[in-house]
Amino acid sequence: MSFKKLALALTGAALLAAPAVSSAVAAENEQFIPSLVYRTGPYSPNGTPVANGFADYFNMLNARDGGINGVKLVVEECETGYNTAKGVECYERLKGKGPTGATAFNPMSTGITYALIEKATADKIPIISMGYGRTAAGDGRVFPYVFPLVTTYWDDATAIIKYIAGQEGGYDKLKGKKIALVFHNSAYGKEPIPILKKMAAKYGYKFSEFPVQHPGLEQKATWLQIGRRLKPDWVILWGWGVMNSTAIKEAAAVRFPRDRMVGVWWSGAEQDVLPAGKGATGYTASTFHGAGADYAFLKDIKKYVYDAGNGKGKKENVGQVLYNRGALNAMLEAEAIRTAQEKFGKRPLTGEEVQWGLENLNLTAERIKEIGFEGFIAPLKISCRDHVGGGKIRIQKWDGKKWVWASEWLESDRSMVRPMIEEAAAQYAKEKGITPRDCK
Amino acid sequence: MLYREAGQFKTSYAADQAIFPLAQDRIGMAIILAVAFIAIPAVANEYWLQTIMIPFLILSLAALGLNVLTGYAGQLSLGTGGFMAVGAFAAYKFATAFPEMNIIVVFLISGLISAAVGIVFGVPSLRIKGFYLAVATLAAQFFLLWLLVKYPWFYNYDPSGVISAPPIDIFGFAIDTAVSKYMLTLIIVSVLALATKNLVRSHIGRGWMAIRDMDIAAEIIGFRPLTTKLSAFAVSSFLVGVAGAMYAFLYLGSVEAAAFDITTSFNILFMVIVGGLGSVLGSFIGAAFILTLPIFLDNFPRMLGFEISVETVTHLQFMIFGALIIFFLIVEPHGLARLWTITKEKLRAWPFPY
Repeated sequence: MSFKKLALALTGAALLAAPAVSSAVAAENEQFIPSLVYRTGPYSPNGTPVANGFADYFNMLNARDGGINGVKLVVEECETGYNTAKGVECYERLKGKGPTGATAFNPMSTGITYALIEKATADKIPIISMGYGRTAAGDGRVFPYVFPLVTTYWDDATAIIKYIAGQEGGYDKLKGKKIALVFHNSAYGKEPIPILKKMAAKYGYKFSEFPVQHPGLEQKATWLQIGRRLKPDWVILWGWGVMNSTAIKEAAAVRFPRDRMVGVWWSGAEQDVLPAGKGATGYTASTFHGAGADYAFLKDIKKYVYDAGNGKGKKENVGQVLYNRGALNAMLEAEAIRTAQEKFGKRPLTGEEVQWGLENLNLTAERIKEIGFEGFIAPLKISCRDHVGGGKIRIQKWDGKKWVWASEWLESDRSMVRPMIEEAAAQYAKEKGITPRDCK
Repeated sequence: MLYREAGQFKTSYAADQAIFPLAQDRIGMAIILAVAFIAIPAVANEYWLQTIMIPFLILSLAALGLNVLTGYAGQLSLGTGGFMAVGAFAAYKFATAFPEMNIIVVFLISGLISAAVGIVFGVPSLRIKGFYLAVATLAAQFFLLWLLVKYPWFYNYDPSGVISAPPIDIFGFAIDTAVSKYMLTLIIVSVLALATKNLVRSHIGRGWMAIRDMDIAAEIIGFRPLTTKLSAFAVSSFLVGVAGAMYAFLYLGSVEAAAFDITTSFNILFMVIVGGLGSVLGSFIGAAFILTLPIFLDNFPRMLGFEISVETVTHLQFMIFGALIIFFLIVEPHGLARLWTITKEKLRAWPFPY
């Protein structure tokens, strides 16, 4: 009985003491970088390498250059488990930390991104949702604090069709071809449908949809239909987590040629092809950055972080697709801080100042080479109006052991995507009663 | 000694039927309300309001709704998440179609729509019972979420299927700060909790309990199973629907249907079981336990100054949380609310227990 009382009393007392957590003291010359991660739960195989790459890149900058212009970068992780409510809790806990508050948030989940858009805009903290999140946020006039950097799902859909057209020998050859989309039946998976339909009308290919219910372990019926009845010329895979490897396995089972499957970038990591074994050889996926450890910045990470024993993950996992994506995310944030420091001074910056840095981020080919990302990513330029930056997309192929390039850098069809983004943003502005900014 | 009814005479029927017949209870309740309405908004920071108090109140309301169905009427349901989603999407449709409409009216209408859906899914309860009914309501959970993703009309053709709450104002007063959202949530939850408390003490509530305890006996003494069971489904889904609407509008701001998945249903069921079946107070205690304990366990090692990696903390949290649930269920299988009842009995005799 007294033990129960003790437990209750302890719980109560500690709950009362909890607010003390959020007011930790930090040193003066530090830039606080929150990192929302999911190292646990069903998506941890995907979340862990992203989180490792993100933290390792900042640690490398600290070890190699002493931070950014002498400002040390302090990364603190908060586990979300891919759960929206937990993500919001992490955001509220971390947003005020450090001498100047949070630099920017990388929610790493579509649901959390959506929930944070309004809160972060009110708090003047940028959100970087690189390659996911709300596509409409590419319109910086309506979403001043949200940056879906590099490229969007709609851009990816146009680039994939461009790649397919290139393989077929030109857009005019698409007429009458059958293209099927196998997608995760959720908000994320349905995202490319409108633009794929629009392009079907323009180029004359026959488009069919195959929804797969979460989590996607059961796809036999879907693939029998694809492999035996529809027999499409191409399959676009828009999956997530365990659904991807299952789709590749089933495609192999019905002998659908894997090199005629193109995945979105969340369907193109080692975690997706390795479980499918030999059946995955030849499978292609789109991406907006390089795979493999053969890049200068990754060598620096190995040298300064892993050889010093401070690595977050295992050394041999440096260079995995998702690891590299985390590192790229960190690089973009670091470059935004650097850009903002040129204007506001070499000191820790507030979220509002970093927002300026993101909006004026200009990654030229020279700059990309300078920071060791040569060949890893195409040049990128953000503006007040365009929060995406017009990054390019490249197709990679799994050769059975590693990802190799299967195409050149492909430019997406901005003339088709941009009006759709502006239309979606205008609808959001109308619903929320937002007057779009004037971007001159 | 302090907690005795001695000297408090009831001289009217009204006094005899009061919710809190004891003066001590009335004082205690007044203090709780004063803390909730005055002290918390004055003292709590944004973190507390946004991540603990607002979701606590909203989930308490959802747990209260499920408690009406499972605790009072004895119908086990796993469809809570689905009904919350109905409430949220209905509120979104009304708020965007009629921007002039008062948000409280929007919440009430979305509750009514959720109640109607609840009645439809309550019909099988006339024939099936217990675990089989749980499976039938599980179908509601999956069907409703599937429906809300399938037809873009429900989310105004947004390309990613996410609903975002439009700006809220009540009589020209904008609800945009954490404090104002908290106050609105608190007022709605207090009113609905009071209404539910009265409902379960009334003829209707006694009917539910009669059906729960033995449906044939209840039928013999004159309660029609059809109306009694369906009214429980309606009231329960109404409360859950309002909670869902508030979850979308006052807590997260933007949600996709997936936020109301089966995990939500289970969590709310756990709140009801841990808090106490058939107890209004239990719904609040259960929600507080299930919601705040993981947050606290997450923060605790850092409060003590330990540097533990986030995944270890999360795994530890799962283990401790699970152990505590088992501990409390063994110590008090009737839920945490029962502990309070026992405490009250002990206080009555204190300091001279016999």
